[in-house]
Amino acid sequence: MVTLSGGRRARVSRPTAAKVVLLATFSLLVLPAAGNARTATIGGTQASCQLQVFSWWTGGGEAAGLAKLITIWNRTNKSCQFKNETVAGGAGTNAKAVLAQRLAANKPPDSFQGHAGSELRDYIKAKQVEPIDFIYKKYGFTKIMPKGLISQITYQGHLYSVPVNIHRANILWYNPAVLRKAKISKAPVTWTEFIAALNKAKAAGVIPLALGEQWTQQHLMETVFISTIGPTRWAALWTGKGDWSNKGVTLALNRFKTLLTYTNSDAASLTWQDAGKLVADGKAAFNIMGDWQDGYFSGTKAGGNLALKPKTQYGWTAVPGSNGVYDWLSDSFTLPKKAPHRAAAVKWLGFLGSKKAQDTFNPVKGSIPARQDANPKLYGPYLKWALTQWRTDRLAGSLTHGVVAPNAWATDIGTALGLFLQNKDVAKFQSALETAHDKHT
Amino acid sequence: MRNVRRWGPGLLLVSPSIVLIAVFVYGLIGWNLKVSLSDWRSAVPTSNWAGLAAYRDLNADLAWSENVHHLLGFTVTFILGALLVGLTLAFLLEKGVRGEGFFRSIYLFPMAVSFIAAGVVWRWLMNPAPGDRSTGLNVVFEKLHAGFLANQWYLGQNWGMSAMAIPAIWALSGYIMALYLAGFRGVPEELREAARMDGASEWRVYRHVVFPHLRPVTLAALIILGHISIKVFDLIVAIGGKQLVTQVPAVYMWILIYDAQDYAKGAAIASLLLLGISVLIIPYLVYTVRSERRAA
Repeated sequence: MVTLSGGRRARVSRPTAAKVVLLATFSLLVLPAAGNARTATIGGTQASCQLQVFSWWTGGGEAAGLAKLITIWNRTNKSCQFKNETVAGGAGTNAKAVLAQRLAANKPPDSFQGHAGSELRDYIKAKQVEPIDFIYKKYGFTKIMPKGLISQITYQGHLYSVPVNIHRANILWYNPAVLRKAKISKAPVTWTEFIAALNKAKAAGVIPLALGEQWTQQHLMETVFISTIGPTRWAALWTGKGDWSNKGVTLALNRFKTLLTYTNSDAASLTWQDAGKLVADGKAAFNIMGDWQDGYFSGTKAGGNLALKPKTQYGWTAVPGSNGVYDWLSDSFTLPKKAPHRAAAVKWLGFLGSKKAQDTFNPVKGSIPARQDANPKLYGPYLKWALTQWRTDRLAGSLTHGVVAPNAWATDIGTALGLFLQNKDVAKFQSALETAHDKHT
Repeated sequence: MRNVRRWGPGLLLVSPSIVLIAVFVYGLIGWNLKVSLSDWRSAVPTSNWAGLAAYRDLNADLAWSENVHHLLGFTVTFILGALLVGLTLAFLLEKGVRGEGFFRSIYLFPMAVSFIAAGVVWRWLMNPAPGDRSTGLNVVFEKLHAGFLANQWYLGQNWGMSAMAIPAIWALSGYIMALYLAGFRGVPEELREAARMDGASEWRVYRHVVFPHLRPVTLAALIILGHISIKVFDLIVAIGGKQLVTQVPAVYMWILIYDAQDYAKGAAIASLLLLGISVLIIPYLVYTVRSERRAA
């Protein structure tokens, strides 16, 4: 194209004009490809090792916790520095789409984030991640993490990710001042007490149970299920031999339906923070949400939180009927097939499971370690309580947060729930849940 | 050979866009159709022929019929609302207002705001919270002693999707006004004068002379609004999020592909949306080509 410049341009005749167009056409088609080739060679000829870790930890305590991990990693691994590949977006919605494209293009990171449990099954079935039992064996994770946890994240005999933190989903949050005003003497423990307390709150003129948009309603439903049928039968529902038509499920659904009558009419227009704030502001008595709400209630105002005093300005207990059951979920990291720096990635996963890494990350993130040997002194009042529960409680995996059901199944349940929220027909809902079970097992 | 020299360069000039459109528009439409007829229904890509299985699934899916109902409610309110508001604004401006240019820009501005940004504001304006927690329009109603007008907006049982159409009407009625204004200006003054000479009242002048001239404009507006409505996604997500209560086909498609990884079913929705838009566009294209030929 250079030859066409300068004095020669004046003599461009018709046929040459055609050639120019032809050249332009080809360059349009060829240039993007050439661009790709260039980046590929740069990637290939990299001399120093870089650990590429993919996550959606871009804000709040998650990002701050990750930053601390990166500092430790970079100090102890001078030869292979950390490359933070985060994609913003709530609960990883955008990140998962970006990750899917990278995996499809055979350019996996060295390790990527995913909810521990069934949500990883898509990657396992697509043969995009490696089993990492050898890492568990090498670092002794099997001994230090609860047996229930290990068995619930094992898929077809193998482990595929290292859980960094544990959150609990079945927590009932309440406002002590509102409870006093409504003459509710103590936080409810049984289902009967719970309904009685909700009635008292209603009589006192506050919203008995604050609720948010559809996923939080699914979250509520999950905790009612676990409280009603218990962790063993809950786990059985997801095995392929699960009986979704039984009376326990019907009872749970009816209880869920009853609870919905105590909720605010504008639930679908509120985020989980909005719903939690109703409790904090004294406009609602109770709210059922995961323990990330503790971070929102007690965190600093500068961080967009409410800076409330635990135990005096807000209180918590297990969802009535589920004391002693830990409805858990976890962020975990995987070892992708064809990870460009596999040795470093294996080391990274070992590091993530270590006491040091977990006790560094979790106090900042507002969750507890998956390990049972955490140092309680590092944690706030709620998390201290959660740590003791984690040592003794029976475990039930979360549905809404990816532990018990793969994405496709969870989506079908979400759709059935959406229909139920409109027609409130328990029988139809239950049969839709049965159909979903048969379709996905 | 001489012939080639005549049309060759021209063809070469447009060939990049022909190639690009062939690959990136029609090629991808074809690929989408192929996926919708395949058995690719999980994270693992497969491409075996499954016929209309995904379409049959959609047909049996209660959520899908809910989506279609939502879309119908949204579309009817949106199109009628935007046409009526647009026509009224154009009519008022056409009757001669001082500072026409100013008002024209004011009415057009909302179109420059993206649906996602408008949605954030309208989510607040149409806040369905009751009593002392209410914000936005419901508060305005109460302040005006018209509390009976306060309502659940997009969460309403029957009229929810009509409320959802209000931001879309707000965004596009200015554009429809511009179309109609051009239509009004296209009616020759002589025709109106002739009618007045014949003793027609002002209303009859509009009824029998001006409005018939606006028919092509109305048709074009209908097509433009219709295809926007069928594809609506960002406005719904900004206001209602991923919830069945406000879900439309484009949102369901996104959920099926990115959450459920049911690629065939998602692609089937994409194909049906394209079909819906073609039903609108193709007759319009035929009509335009015919009337242009007639004019020539």
